[in-house]
Amino acid sequence: MTDIEDKDIENTPEKVPAAGPDAGTQPKTAAADDSEEVIREVTASDYKYGFVSDVETEVIPTGLSEDVVRLISKKKGEPEWMLDFRLKAYRYWTTLTPPQWAHLEIPEIDFQAISYYAAPVKKEGPKSLDEVDPQILDTFNRLGIPLEEQKALSGMAVDAVMDSVSVKTTHRRALAEKGIIFCPISEAIREYPELVKKYLGSVVSYRDNFYAALNSAVFSDGSFVYIPKGVRCPMELSTYFRINASGTGQFERTLIVADDESYVSYLEGCTAPTRDENQLHAAIVEIVVEEKAEVKYSTVQNWYAGDAQGRGGVYNFVTKRGLCRGNYSKLSWTQVETGSAITWKYPSCILKGDGSVGEFYSVAVTRNRQQADTGTKMIHLGRDTRSTIVSKGISAGHSQNSYRGLVRVAPDADGARNYTQCDSLLLGSDCGAHTFPYIDVMNDTAVVEHEATTSKISEDQLFYCNQRGIPTEEAVGLIVNGYAKEVMNKLPMEFAVEAQKLLSITLEGSIG
Amino acid sequence: MAAQKEDNALTQYLQLYDTEAAEISARSCPVLEKLRKPALKRLRTAALPHKGTPGYEKTDINAMFAPDYGVNTRRMAWDVDLAASFRCDVPNVSTLLAVVANDIFRPTATLENNLPQGVTVCSLDTAARKYPELVGRYLDSIAAEPRFRHTVATDLNNLLMQDGVFIHVAPGVRPERPIQIVNILNATVPLMAVRRVLVVVEDNAAADILLCDHTARPGTDYLINQVTEVYLGRGASANLYDIQEADAGTSRLAENYIYMPHEGASVAFHSFGLRCGNSRSNIQVVMTAPHCTTDLGGMVICTDEERTDIASRVTHAAPHCDSDQMFKYVVDDDARGAFEGAIVVEHGAHHTRAYQNNRNLLASEKARMHTRPQLEIYCDDVSCSHGAATGQLDARALFYMRSRGIPESQARTMLIQAFMMDVVDKISLDGLNSRMRHLVERRLSGESATCAGCNTENLNCK
Repeated sequence: MTDIEDKDIENTPEKVPAAGPDAGTQPKTAAADDSEEVIREVTASDYKYGFVSDVETEVIPTGLSEDVVRLISKKKGEPEWMLDFRLKAYRYWTTLTPPQWAHLEIPEIDFQAISYYAAPVKKEGPKSLDEVDPQILDTFNRLGIPLEEQKALSGMAVDAVMDSVSVKTTHRRALAEKGIIFCPISEAIREYPELVKKYLGSVVSYRDNFYAALNSAVFSDGSFVYIPKGVRCPMELSTYFRINASGTGQFERTLIVADDESYVSYLEGCTAPTRDENQLHAAIVEIVVEEKAEVKYSTVQNWYAGDAQGRGGVYNFVTKRGLCRGNYSKLSWTQVETGSAITWKYPSCILKGDGSVGEFYSVAVTRNRQQADTGTKMIHLGRDTRSTIVSKGISAGHSQNSYRGLVRVAPDADGARNYTQCDSLLLGSDCGAHTFPYIDVMNDTAVVEHEATTSKISEDQLFYCNQRGIPTEEAVGLIVNGYAKEVMNKLPMEFAVEAQKLLSITLEGSIG
Repeated sequence: MAAQKEDNALTQYLQLYDTEAAEISARSCPVLEKLRKPALKRLRTAALPHKGTPGYEKTDINAMFAPDYGVNTRRMAWDVDLAASFRCDVPNVSTLLAVVANDIFRPTATLENNLPQGVTVCSLDTAARKYPELVGRYLDSIAAEPRFRHTVATDLNNLLMQDGVFIHVAPGVRPERPIQIVNILNATVPLMAVRRVLVVVEDNAAADILLCDHTARPGTDYLINQVTEVYLGRGASANLYDIQEADAGTSRLAENYIYMPHEGASVAFHSFGLRCGNSRSNIQVVMTAPHCTTDLGGMVICTDEERTDIASRVTHAAPHCDSDQMFKYVVDDDARGAFEGAIVVEHGAHHTRAYQNNRNLLASEKARMHTRPQLEIYCDDVSCSHGAATGQLDARALFYMRSRGIPESQARTMLIQAFMMDVVDKISLDGLNSRMRHLVERRLSGESATCAGCNTENLNCK
């Protein structure tokens, strides 16, 4: 079946690029005593990372049909079974309508007006960093993650995805020594078909929801990670996604498999250039955690959120789910969501193995006209499973920020334990913060707790800071930082710096 | 929507209305009659909520209404055994008692003699004839306030309702005695009781109101379709206690609309679900003037195959309003409990303080609990929180009690009782307070915990 030769880009391992934040661009604005003023400034800051890099891209005509699905599959040189997978998903997708239940106002999306494939035109596969298109390198430089600098930074491998095709993969040899597979999923389909076949769609079926079906039909690329038994991944694995070509949706597909007693920490970060047209992003992340394995998945999301009037911005409709299949496995999601015009995202854990643990830590910031409906699902199936949910929402401007979470304890999940805490902070009188938890308990030995609070920044705290000579603006920053700290602390060190930076840029006006 | 589907339970009631319209019209006064046409128009294209309807995940209203219930459109009366209703009189509290037999209002002798000046408690039908202007001003116009979710069941009530209770308290009047309405179900064939309760508490007036549901003739299937509208004037206050003590064959859909359009009003609404086969209560409160307070409480004991579902929705549409909600469930055997509570704070409702708490005990392997607290906040200067927890009795507390020689079953009962007490303690009527403790105790100990059953000890005939 694999009639394709192994000619794909073998990326020479490069020295460790890190998710280095572009330090030194800390914004500083004039002190304003009035917190209203601060909030206005916060809301007014422009998107820092807005630019279009002029890389040649190969875009197929807009629209979606079986032919397009076949074309995508052909362009990627996929085997027959993959094409079947896509077609099945496509046919199912045609029977669905977009979900309406979220607390979001989603303008109607014309799925036939989107181009479903865009690949940077490449000559031969680059043999080293020098061969990578300088434009792309420049893009990363402007993003504040210069690869050169990253090399010097701590032990991280970056599988940088631009638009749809993985352009660069670093550090693979070092990983290969340990038997770890970290490569673009398109490559994995060719090189490790058995592994991919076994796990692809096993956690997020193409029948899961509208956007999952769409992704399954047209997904372009993404990352594949396999950690063999007993291996502790020696570095943080990191992928940068960017949307680049105008009018193309991006449909990544990430598959992470952690075999027995392994450990991996995976980082995902996004920034996208300014654009007037709405861009659709419908990704799938699937994670399988086997016995006694642990996966830590961290996201910093800063896609273009549209301008102050709510024009443009990315639609981020993502299905992320992990299956704790083995006993005593652990999956931890951490996310910092600052971007996207609309976010629809519920990273979930299915706690199937006995004693497995699921965690979800989230900071979601919305401002201007942003809308976010995000949260998690914790499905307790095994005995003595535990889950923790900590969600911190911050809304400003005219934005709407919702937490939506499900905790379900199945009849056999004896001794299941969940603790949920979701707090919302309101900055400004025109924004909204909403909480929609669903709690289903079908076992009498389970203990499920949920707590939620909503408030604005306490006048007392502000006064206390002012009294000690801290200007209001800085004080707001301090308080917001403190508020989000519980989640920020869960991020890997390198990422935490960037996340804090994103938070500060988002809440510009020196908050943070 | 799936309006005209064949399995639409509304169809049979619409057909019934079509054939009985003349009869109903002949017996109704214009105030009630004028609700029917618009309701009918809406119902023609509507469907009752089913399991797929958001907010009704655990209770299928369409299925609840699907059996072939009779409706007493021709107002056939049966003799109420008033003695039976007296038996559930609250000890140590003398009440202004009225009985509603299925859906027909029956005053008692004590009521007519004891009504204080300025307090009206009478049949809704009578009131609509005697005070058409007053009743017309409030009836269904409270439920139609746009901030409420005017439900399909309310329209069905508008269409078929012919009587109910009208309670009016004139400005400044604060009757000492609580008003008690005992609803008794008694029929030989499956029956749908279509009741309407209208409560108007004028400026600076106050009222304590007890609403009790009983099944006098178990073994028959009953369906209660009850709509309660409460209107509070400036500085008015009302305490409502809704006690369900029905039978396993009884289904109940209660729609409660509580409207506070004037400053300084306060309401307390406490729901006690002691026994009911299948029950859904929607409690909606809207506060559109500053300095109003809402206190909602709920205590549910669900055993056997019972289903109890409460949905509360408190809307803060004005600044400086407070609300507090506390709902506690004990779910045992194969029972299912569901709670959905929302706090909505509208834009501009500054200085809102809104809290909600839901605590549930699962007492058996097959018991299920579904909880969905919600916060919808569109204003920044607020302090809102909700908490929900589902679990079981503290094993250490149980062990402690057993180690001191208390049998396990008794220890469990004591702990569950203690768990329920903070809702019961919210009752401000002393007599009712102790009666509720007693009822909870009997209910938990597995004895026939009917109100009637406890009369032997605490009977208090006036």
